[in-house]
Amino acid sequence: MPKKPVRSDAPPALYDAIDVEQARRMQAEILAAVRSYGLDPFTTVFEMIDFDEMNEVVSYGGFPNRYPHWRFGMEFESIRKSYAYGLHKIYELVINNDPCYAYLLKSNSAIEQKIVMAHVYGHSDFFKNNLWYEPTNRRMLDEMANHGARIKALMDRHGIDAVENFLDTALSVENLIDVHSMYVPQARPKPKFDDAGEEAAPAAEVPRLTATHRYMEKFINPPDYVEQQKRKLETQRIEQAKRFPESPVRDVLLFLAEHAPLPTWQREALSMIREEAYYLAPQHLTKIMNEGWAAFWHSKILTEKALRDDEMVDYADINAGVLGGGAAMNPYKLGLELFRDVESRWGRAKLFEVRRVHSDVTFVDNFLTEEFCERHQFFLYRYNPQRGVYEIASREFPVIKRTMLFKLTNMGQPRLEVVDADFRGKQGLLLRHLHDGVDLEVDEAKDTLAAVFKVWQRPVHAWTVVEGQHRLLSFDGHEHKEANITDKGP
Amino acid sequence: MLRKIERDYARFRDIIQGHIQKEFRKYIARGELIGRQGKYVISIPIKRIRVPVFRFKDLDKVGVGQGEGQVGQAVGQGPKVPGQGQGAGDLPGEHMLEVEFTIEELAGIMEQELGLPRIQPKGRDLIEAPHHRYTSVTKTGPESLRNFKRTYKQALKREMAGGTYDAARPVVVPVREDRRYRFWRLKEVPQDNAVVIYMMDVSGSMADEQKEIVRTEAFWIDTWLKSQYKKVETCYLVHDAVAWEVDRDTFFRIRESGGTKISSAYELALQTIRHRYDPQQWNVYGFHFSDGDNWGQEDTRRCVEHLRGEILPAVNLFCYGQVKSAYGSGQFKRDLDEEFRGDERLVTSEIKDRMGIYDSIKDFLGRGR
Repeated sequence: MPKKPVRSDAPPALYDAIDVEQARRMQAEILAAVRSYGLDPFTTVFEMIDFDEMNEVVSYGGFPNRYPHWRFGMEFESIRKSYAYGLHKIYELVINNDPCYAYLLKSNSAIEQKIVMAHVYGHSDFFKNNLWYEPTNRRMLDEMANHGARIKALMDRHGIDAVENFLDTALSVENLIDVHSMYVPQARPKPKFDDAGEEAAPAAEVPRLTATHRYMEKFINPPDYVEQQKRKLETQRIEQAKRFPESPVRDVLLFLAEHAPLPTWQREALSMIREEAYYLAPQHLTKIMNEGWAAFWHSKILTEKALRDDEMVDYADINAGVLGGGAAMNPYKLGLELFRDVESRWGRAKLFEVRRVHSDVTFVDNFLTEEFCERHQFFLYRYNPQRGVYEIASREFPVIKRTMLFKLTNMGQPRLEVVDADFRGKQGLLLRHLHDGVDLEVDEAKDTLAAVFKVWQRPVHAWTVVEGQHRLLSFDGHEHKEANITDKGP
Repeated sequence: MLRKIERDYARFRDIIQGHIQKEFRKYIARGELIGRQGKYVISIPIKRIRVPVFRFKDLDKVGVGQGEGQVGQAVGQGPKVPGQGQGAGDLPGEHMLEVEFTIEELAGIMEQELGLPRIQPKGRDLIEAPHHRYTSVTKTGPESLRNFKRTYKQALKREMAGGTYDAARPVVVPVREDRRYRFWRLKEVPQDNAVVIYMMDVSGSMADEQKEIVRTEAFWIDTWLKSQYKKVETCYLVHDAVAWEVDRDTFFRIRESGGTKISSAYELALQTIRHRYDPQQWNVYGFHFSDGDNWGQEDTRRCVEHLRGEILPAVNLFCYGQVKSAYGSGQFKRDLDEEFRGDERLVTSEIKDRMGIYDSIKDFLGRGR
């Protein structure tokens, strides 16, 4: 049956795709509603693209001009399949950028677009106002394109294989960043062979107690004690100066980029990977909040303002799809419910304050109560290898909350730091895994160590704990070694 | 315009192909590839490639869920086993991805990994020259080839379109432009065609595992031959004490319990060749699988006679694969080896287990015949 031509000023029929004019009007309407609630989003640009374009953009994580790499091709294959088989549907994709960019799937129905727009404005507001995003580059769309152009140029120069192999290596250490360093002024380790300092460093000053009268001085700060302290500090300083880095470095990626003997182009590629990792980190830090915030506002805007009566049922249907799910916890849903809980307990002002200062860890830690947990029937599941299924392991609040928080800490990644860059006197690199109860995947850790070796180009070691025993994993470019060590370290 | 992602996708495929190539011995032994083949493509389930990173052990084996249920109740399937389709539940499982390969691509991998030589189809010159068939129509031609029906149809169309047709007085007069003539086309000749005759012992001693090996092996043989010939037909014969033809599906499922007379299969194969696949026109391949037990030396002698007398002269290649089973004595292979030492046309191979499939395919197809 031929489609009736739709007059563009008529309201779009429920299931029809909308054209650009209609989308524009819809956007204005939604934006007015968004502002009326006091939300303050970036200027947001919607792009309407078709199915194939959407799959491509999603494969690149939203950055169509990203550097070329096979894993985007793999993403593409799996996204295309799961979409074509109807396993999941991509509703929206939004980029933390100023102006904020969002992609709409052309073929979505009017009501779907409406939900997506309201949802996107929620994200846009969150990107702009949540403090954790403050240090992110708001011109990242351009920056990613620059990286893309640069990597392509490197490929022309050094060959596709060489560059791609190095990118693979770099991606192996991509997660070895120090998320919190974004929020403090950089304290960079001083290079060891920097000849400007060493001797010039002033002798350590021993902290003294303040004497109110001069004659009390030698009693309050006995000279031989002060002298003893001075010597102690001095030896400490000398010891420390011998070590490189002087104190452990959590930003392993930076340390490698600065100190590994790499040709300039590899140093550059490593820095690009690092920059992208830091840009994306806040999104990992606020997954629950960000999605929850967007879901909270799209439901509010639609049900209170933007929805026509005849759209209600379809809205409810789509919304159930977004917020539902099987047994696994849905971050959209958790975030949404927590925000609702916050609003009902402390009011709207508190809601905005929470959106400003929290990240997932503190959000869940502060607002996930036992009562909330019970109301939403949370449970802990665990894989049972005997039965080959996941089963409910516990319904106890402390356990559930602890697991949740653990998974959110450091974005669910193990923390490693550079302890020594002249390990065993052979300029070996010693990484220490700050073990907090969960072991590393040892086989994969060895493969990763091999990648670190490719960067460091001298023996590399990782100090970790395996089943309660401190272990040292080593790789010297030829073979892997493992040895038991004491908890004092190697 | 070539989209940007196409390039990355091609890189990804290269990597996968390299990966399959490297692990080909393992892939070749995997039965689950079969049943996923379409007409031109075969989809191979692979694990998603991940760059290694420092990660927590078994982190995805624990998590927080939501809903009703008692402690101990199952809430989701475990890691998905490839080949069993989508499991229920949405908790993390093994991440698999299916990637399609064309027969040519797979054959390319086989060629490189197994070092298979390309086959020179035999007897091009033996096959008759192509001849004409009148299957087409043109507007010009000799009057002797005029197609009356088409010509009148054309005239009728013209009259109706022009409004001069009168249904009360249905006279149709063709003019020059209406004339249609028959015209010939060259008939395609089956010069690059091949037929594969699979024979299998289905007596009681061949268990499911042995059949699975045959099935996997047949899949790779098909893939290779399909890449070498324009058209490949297959034909499936099973036997215990007697032989009969079955379809593909039955071939791999059937189970009988009788004794074993291999000669019955060879006789039937011979008849099939005689009646359906003239060796002058077809490249004939015979593949026979059994566990090596035959009913007495008498029958083995008859087999040898059939092979020497008519089968071997008719085929490009005859392969005997002996699948090791708990009961088979393996005598038949020894007999064949003794009788046909040095004969290019006959290959025997012993397949101990799944991992042996790799070598036996190499044995079979390594001669380039």
